[in-house]
Amino acid sequence: MPILQPVGRTFIAFLGAAGRLTLFAFMAIAHCFRPPIYPRLIGRQMMAVGYYSLPVVGLTAIFTGMVLALQSYTGFARFSAESAIPNVVIVSITRELGPVLAGLMVAGRVGAAMAAEIGTMRVTEQIDALYTLSTNPFKYLVAPRLIAGVVTLPILVLIADIIGVFGGYLVSIYKLGFNPATYIANTIDFVQVQDVVSGLVKAAVFGFLVTLMGCYHGYHSRGGAQGVGTATTNAVVSASILILCFNYFITELFFAQ
Amino acid sequence: MNDSTPTNQAPKIQIRGLKKAFGDKVILDGVDLDIGQGESVLVIGGSGSGKSVLLKCILGLLHPDSGSILVDGQEVVGLYGSALEEVRAKFGMLFQNAALFDSLPVWENVAFGLIQGKGMNREEAKAVALEKLASVGLNEDVAELSPAELSGGMRKRVGLARAIASNPEIIFFDEPTTGLDPIMGDVIDRLIVSCVKELGASTLSITHDMASARRISDRIAMLYKGKIIWSGPTKSIDSSGNPYVEQFINGNSEGPIQMQVRSL
Repeated sequence: MPILQPVGRTFIAFLGAAGRLTLFAFMAIAHCFRPPIYPRLIGRQMMAVGYYSLPVVGLTAIFTGMVLALQSYTGFARFSAESAIPNVVIVSITRELGPVLAGLMVAGRVGAAMAAEIGTMRVTEQIDALYTLSTNPFKYLVAPRLIAGVVTLPILVLIADIIGVFGGYLVSIYKLGFNPATYIANTIDFVQVQDVVSGLVKAAVFGFLVTLMGCYHGYHSRGGAQGVGTATTNAVVSASILILCFNYFITELFFAQ
Repeated sequence: MNDSTPTNQAPKIQIRGLKKAFGDKVILDGVDLDIGQGESVLVIGGSGSGKSVLLKCILGLLHPDSGSILVDGQEVVGLYGSALEEVRAKFGMLFQNAALFDSLPVWENVAFGLIQGKGMNREEAKAVALEKLASVGLNEDVAELSPAELSGGMRKRVGLARAIASNPEIIFFDEPTTGLDPIMGDVIDRLIVSCVKELGASTLSITHDMASARRISDRIAMLYKGKIIWSGPTKSIDSSGNPYVEQFINGNSEGPIQMQVRSL
């Protein structure tokens, strides 16, 4: 059947890609735990993933917190439930919006940069050169980035959580006329350890996904400038989709009864 | 099979029946080639004839479909992990566009194999790097520059310094003069010859620049349609009697080699 052929071909191609990615991930993880470890490179990548992403993630978080308070207010006013705003803001930010939005912003900023850098190294034979200089690219290029992603993104999300809640606080106090002391008390009373921890676990997983996608697509890029462009796009798109998928499953793991 | 290597010594590299295909496209179709101790062998062949694939198979960057590659009598095909890395430590390579790491300054590029591969401390490695840079005619000012600030000829020289930094036993040159003006090409060729002589290394080069080929090689082999169709001393290249070789070295579009140019 000629109709089934392209379907089958696409399916087989998908399985092949999934297998290659899984192998790549296993090899990369294995190299994270075997010496030599490059602390200098890990430090440099942590700066790139964490410190330099702070402005972007901070801005995203503050405006998200602000709009969350405003939207909840207009919605909840219909049921006279305005007092639930601090609770809504803290739960939404720590559980969902903090990790997901930070993950997506870092995918756009860092995942793309990694794919472009490693992709350029691939097409200019720099990765082959690493091999000839007795250096394994998985150890030298991939492992430091993965470690930096997994370690740094939770810290970044913790900061984003605080900034996001602060954004909600600002709007609630100065625009909606809440009492500051009550607002803070409500926030602290309502937040649970599990909310924050689940968000940080998500962040670590997202950090892994973003850096893995950046490295994988960069490492396998082919064919000059256009290939690097494609690799960059694929890295951002696949990381974003995986973040949203994994977000659901981690949520189910933590909160489904 | 060629028998032009010295018979009293085992060859440094012995390649037999090497095959590699990408999908339906056969690139190497049974290559046999020997490189003797201290010998400089050069492979010529048209663009896309599989010269680079041959180098990458020997380095273990590509996995051949079948055949055998012996380095110092040790089989390289099928090696992986630390065993492969051990064999690779014998090699140095000058890449076509030098493939310098643009995130590192020049001296760190040259010292890279010493610091990362051999675990030498940075001060010591820097001293070796400066020495190697001097031997390719670059002074200390260049050492602190980033590779992006260098001209094509300087990049090639830094690439050469990096390839010889760890005193390899075997050096590969991938089109060492491509993209350089003829004078700079001659400078690079002379540096290659003097560096190789100093190290006593065996070399395998690929090029399609015949002037450079005559300067840097002891023996020339021609790769055509995935096979070595001719091999002999560089001096006798002009009297090879092989129509393919004659067409290639004279740069004729008429002859037994048909370039695949599709008419519109």
